Amino acid sequence: MIRTQRTFPADTTGADLRLSGLCKTFATSTALHDINVTLPQGQFSVLLGPSGCGKSTLLRLIAGLENPTSGKIHLGDARIDQLPPKARNLSMVFQSYALFPHLDVAENILFGLSVRGTPKADRAARLHKVAAMMGLSDLLARKPAALSGGQQQRVALARAVISERPVCLMDEPLSNLDAKLRAEMRVEIRALQQRLGLTMVYVTHDQVEAMTMADRIVVMHAGRIEQVASPRDLYAQPATMFVAGFIGTPPMNLIPRNALPGLDAPANATTIGIRPEDVTPLESGAGPQVTARVMAVEYLGADQLVTLAIEGATLLLRLTGRAGALPATLDLRLPQLALHFFDAAGHRLPSPSDLSHPQAQEHDNDQYA
Amino acid sequence: MFRRDWLIAFTFLAPALILLFGFTHYPAIQTLIDSFWTTPRGRRPATFAGLGNYTRMLEDDIFRRAMINNAIYAAITIPTSVALALAMALFVQGRILGRGFLRMAYFTPTVLPLIAVANIWLFFYLPGFGLFEQLRSWAGFSPRNWIGTPDTALYAVTVVTIWSQAGFFMIFYLAALQTIPPSLRDAAAIEGCAPLTFFRRVTWPLIMPTTLFVSVNATINAFRTVDHIFVMTQGGPNNASMLLLYYIYEQGFRFWDTAYASALTVVMVTILALIGIGQFFLLDRKVHYR
Repeated sequence: MIRTQRTFPADTTGADLRLSGLCKTFATSTALHDINVTLPQGQFSVLLGPSGCGKSTLLRLIAGLENPTSGKIHLGDARIDQLPPKARNLSMVFQSYALFPHLDVAENILFGLSVRGTPKADRAARLHKVAAMMGLSDLLARKPAALSGGQQQRVALARAVISERPVCLMDEPLSNLDAKLRAEMRVEIRALQQRLGLTMVYVTHDQVEAMTMADRIVVMHAGRIEQVASPRDLYAQPATMFVAGFIGTPPMNLIPRNALPGLDAPANATTIGIRPEDVTPLESGAGPQVTARVMAVEYLGADQLVTLAIEGATLLLRLTGRAGALPATLDLRLPQLALHFFDAAGHRLPSPSDLSHPQAQEHDNDQYA
Repeated sequence: MFRRDWLIAFTFLAPALILLFGFTHYPAIQTLIDSFWTTPRGRRPATFAGLGNYTRMLEDDIFRRAMINNAIYAAITIPTSVALALAMALFVQGRILGRGFLRMAYFTPTVLPLIAVANIWLFFYLPGFGLFEQLRSWAGFSPRNWIGTPDTALYAVTVVTIWSQAGFFMIFYLAALQTIPPSLRDAAAIEGCAPLTFFRRVTWPLIMPTTLFVSVNATINAFRTVDHIFVMTQGGPNNASMLLLYYIYEQGFRFWDTAYASALTVVMVTILALIGIGQFFLLDRKVHYR
């Protein structure tokens, strides 16, 4: 279903979106500290982070709905942070969809074109094309209140698509949909982005959305960028302890080093990380052996999550659901190649796990300060 | 067949029904009946007059004056107070310094009884040293008796009405404006929608239900509130500020011509009903209700 052929001339003005030294201070707090990142043309970039990390503020700065306290935004060679929103050559989909309740679907989709005075014939042709593409052709005369959540979402997307602008911003567009619809829309939005070659900037707090849709994930925390990487690299080599503890369900085990005295780790490593699926019980192989007590078991069908207690720390272990009843204590191997080391400031140190994902070296961390 | 639950239902409804019937429906029907009879005086009982009271209106110059005055009064107070209310609401909705104080200031006239408002304005209009006179004398104009001159009396009381009710309508507009999600403004800004276009294409249609409600209320007020006429002009000078309801009061309670007053009341209620129904049918089609 994903066609790579472009039906819109989105590439005519396509260019990277560059943010440099961007800061935003509100009266009582600082929302963003010195944001430096490049969101490449035609790629799907996701701004990911917990609530209040500044990701929506960053999106509003790009859109021009807020003004940065300092810093610059470039689209290609053009500096756009001084421009009003309409002149920035971008479209936006809002969390609440922001559909005009008194206008029908066709008028909602065409709102921007009619405001900008696009000729009537042109409007009709574009409406026809976009409505067909989004599956809205039969709903054009309906008011938003008569649409389901998924249909409203499509109208909001259609309104962004019909503008034929190269950059599309989305602010948690799927958070008001139910789980099944959300999964469908993830696929659809991704396909749409690829088909139209859009430069997408997508804000979400949902790591599943980020991992499944993104070319590039920008993880944010407390107004700062933690890491910029592809989903695979992000998972394989979290740059900070925050990212390690944020990505993955359940996230990486972060164990104080002194809880694992037998481990071979650099002198300045204070925390050792290992993914729950990388902990292997009762097997021979490389890596130190640890004896742990079983505290709790969560059965999830395909998997089961085992909470273990080791000296001074707890450890999560992911086992296949078929494994039978567990004994009171387990002997574990922590494979050397699955270990991640972090220093006292929470930054990643050269780790054995780097070797198992050599491709990650190339463009990890290249854009963030 | 007598049903027990009907009795119970009527028992529950009785208090409201008796009050509503006794004080609203019965007087209304009685007024309509009275308007076809003559006024009983002393030992002379009422006799059936047919349309006599109504034909009398056609020759009644004061009635005609009151109708014309009321039409002018309504034509000015309704659109002006609605427009002023919207303008004030838009002004105090934005992020401006002293917003709370301004909102309160705009609403204050509503809190005051109209009698008190009229008294305040009597001082404004006072010939010689009222507020307007002071301003006029600084500008070098000759003094003027605003409410004592037939040419200006009606407009003087019109201004008072607008002043007293615009703040009240503003509250409704303010509430309506608050319900418009800010994301609509953001979406429009990205599409390149100028503020005036946004108002015309989004804000105005979305607050249409409020406009309808407010304009129906303004219409009713234009015929219903005459408290300030009592205080300021008593319909004078020479009936220049005579309004329909005040004329009804004069006929009914000053001259005790209750039959004629009843007929006038029927005319007024009919006019109000027609305007109200007309407004709903005319505007309702254009109104988007959420």
